[in-house]
Amino acid sequence: MAYKSKLTWADVTPKQSWLNRRQIIAGASGLGFGAIAGPIAAAVPIEREPTSYEDITSYNNFYEFGTGKEDPSRYADAMTTDPWSVQIDGLVDRPGSYDLADVLKGMDIEERIYRFRCVEAWSMVIPWNGFELRALLEKVGVQPSAKYVAFETLYRPEEMRGTRSRVLEWPYVEGLRLDEAMHPLTMVATGIYGESLLNQNGAPLRLVVPWKYGFKSIKSIVRITLTDSEPPTSWNKANPREYGFYSNVNPEVDHPRWSQASEREVGAGIFASRIDTLMFNGYAEEVASLYAGMDLSRFF
Amino acid sequence: MSLSDRINAGLRRVPTWPLYAMGALPPFWYFYLGLTGGLGAEPISALEHRLGLLGLQFLLLGLAVTPLRRFAGINLIRFRRMIGLLAFYYICMHLLTWLVLDIRDPARIWADIVKRPYITVGMVGFLALVPLAATSNNASVRKLGKRWRQLHWLVYPAVVLGAVHFVMLRKGWQIEPLVYLAAFVILIVLRLIPRPPVVRRSARA
Repeated sequence: MAYKSKLTWADVTPKQSWLNRRQIIAGASGLGFGAIAGPIAAAVPIEREPTSYEDITSYNNFYEFGTGKEDPSRYADAMTTDPWSVQIDGLVDRPGSYDLADVLKGMDIEERIYRFRCVEAWSMVIPWNGFELRALLEKVGVQPSAKYVAFETLYRPEEMRGTRSRVLEWPYVEGLRLDEAMHPLTMVATGIYGESLLNQNGAPLRLVVPWKYGFKSIKSIVRITLTDSEPPTSWNKANPREYGFYSNVNPEVDHPRWSQASEREVGAGIFASRIDTLMFNGYAEEVASLYAGMDLSRFF
Repeated sequence: MSLSDRINAGLRRVPTWPLYAMGALPPFWYFYLGLTGGLGAEPISALEHRLGLLGLQFLLLGLAVTPLRRFAGINLIRFRRMIGLLAFYYICMHLLTWLVLDIRDPARIWADIVKRPYITVGMVGFLALVPLAATSNNASVRKLGKRWRQLHWLVYPAVVLGAVHFVMLRKGWQIEPLVYLAAFVILIVLRLIPRPPVVRRSARA
């Protein structure tokens, strides 16, 4: 299935002029511009304007640098991202340690505008740059016995002040079922708004799974392992009652801590009201079939 | 004259009414910051958080008055009513932010109070403070007599519920809210230390 968008921001508007970009987005939905933008925009109509670059890069959860929303933008500079390598192992044909350049070789970097919904009930709209995860998985060769993909974030305490606190077990780990990982919406991001990812956003490589709560989109990936059993995931280990393996955005499944029925748009200001949260974060058409027949209140 | 005596002498000259006026300002200041981008990308939750935290800090300050007098000799008793009323005021503003700026929808507000344990806990703590604030005046103290003290014992469950509310609303076991809970425990333990028996003979000598 071809799932390529030929249109990037570079085609639309000069780099750096984010304000113009946003106006074009706002106009695009009204003009049925989605048809030109290709399958991504057509399948995923986003009426909201992208969140500002400043908000995307200053309001973050990256507990390796502290639990405050501003901590990552304050302290993530300490993380060394060059050199960077990713260990890819488990049930793959070509396991090994891949340098960042090897990972990126042959990858088609495109821009995709996705909704991003945090389990804390705030949300953004982010223009990511990156490639489909399945392209990378195909490059390393997934063996038929593989059923899941496990991911691991860098754990380097001397550069990550937040890891001194045991708020979570380090390193941070996440996982996807193989069909979720191979889904064309699932991407590995390398940039935002055409700029290389900043450390607070998970440089140099991070996962983006737009229909799941943000914590599934693991940052600063150093290891990808193909497995035949469900891998452990950090928040599930910390509190299995509240965070399931799937963690699909679902306004109907109540979270004991936050109502998931609505969300606040980051950057919308002090008088903005909440907006309704959409099933699978608005991507139901694309991903609902992955969960056909599953009781989503049990497999939350 | 000891240091604490000097502090107490200074404190006696401080009138309370300007402090009430100053204490009323922070919610307005935070709101202004929220309007002008000073509270970051998510001003509503930042406002909620700051007001709630200020309320909890003032509640703990109120509980510190007695131990401060006993163990440090510093007498803040004249300011205790003000500290408590300001705490209540900040918590009201915290609640109001949640009701009016954040959730807005009465059905969802009720669902949150009933279904989210941390909100239930916070709400019960707030309700426990209402009669205390309502009777924080001279007329009530006179009218209620002995029962005033009994009623105001409610401050202990109210503060502990507020501190637990803070611990619960954070993801994972975070240090900051646990520090507040620990401060509450310390203030209670200090109250439980038995007073030394009064030695009459030394007083005569």
